Amino acid sequence: MKKGGQKFSALVVDDNKMIRKVEEKLLARFGFETKVVENGEKALKLFDDGYTFDVVVMDMEMPVMNGPVATRALRARGVDCMIVGVTSCGDGPEKAEFEASGLNCCWEKPLNAEIVGTILNKLDNKMS
Amino acid sequence: MQRQLANMKQTLFDQGYLDEQFIQLEELQDDANPNFVEEVVTLYYRDSARLIQNIEQALEKSPLDFSKLECLMHQFKGSSSSIGAKRVKSECTQFKEHCRVGNADGCKRTFQQLKKEYATLKKKVEVYFQFARQIGPVEKACRSK
Repeated sequence: MKKGGQKFSALVVDDNKMIRKVEEKLLARFGFETKVVENGEKALKLFDDGYTFDVVVMDMEMPVMNGPVATRALRARGVDCMIVGVTSCGDGPEKAEFEASGLNCCWEKPLNAEIVGTILNKLDNKMS
Repeated sequence: MQRQLANMKQTLFDQGYLDEQFIQLEELQDDANPNFVEEVVTLYYRDSARLIQNIEQALEKSPLDFSKLECLMHQFKGSSSSIGAKRVKSECTQFKEHCRVGNADGCKRTFQQLKKEYATLKKKVEVYFQFARQIGPVEKACRSK
């Protein structure tokens, strides 16, 4: 929790409806106020519309605009919040490319309690 | 009844049908979302039915478009791992390997195996949820939270 009882905010970006549902619930369980969108372009639009988030959980492969492209675009716009990549690609060139696009860290799918806990810790440390 | 349900679940784990991720989903279930796991699994079967159809169609083409197949399977693997469908996930990995090396027969064989595991898991979780729903109200009364 942020100081003053405010919740941390998260944005889930994934083209899979089921995964959006699971990630949203998982983050909510850890006290995040969460929004979900289905691709990178919609994520960008939220930021362009003035929304801010403490953390973005970004899937790698999505239609319309994928993770690496969206991450690069966000960083280019000066977005400096935590962006966490999630992928089922394992270690390899795609993961490295994704990390290089501006992620703070990258995790193997599926998102789980341990990963969210780690994210929360990092955010708490950032605030203090 | 509770013990029976726990045993059912344990068997699914022991036999490798489900993994830790399923437990993660169960932990997200609460009074506000008492059927969360069942909802997620239902969503999985609905979404993946479409994917399976697409893969089936793609496997009928000649020559095979391995890159497209790998992409479809990648989505399927992502979903399957999100509900803890361990055996299905492992078939997905195998399939992707076959795609990578351009092994058409391997793809077709593995896909048949995958469909079998997928169907078996579906039946087993259906039974599990049915049973869980029956004893649901009892469980609530007994919970000492």
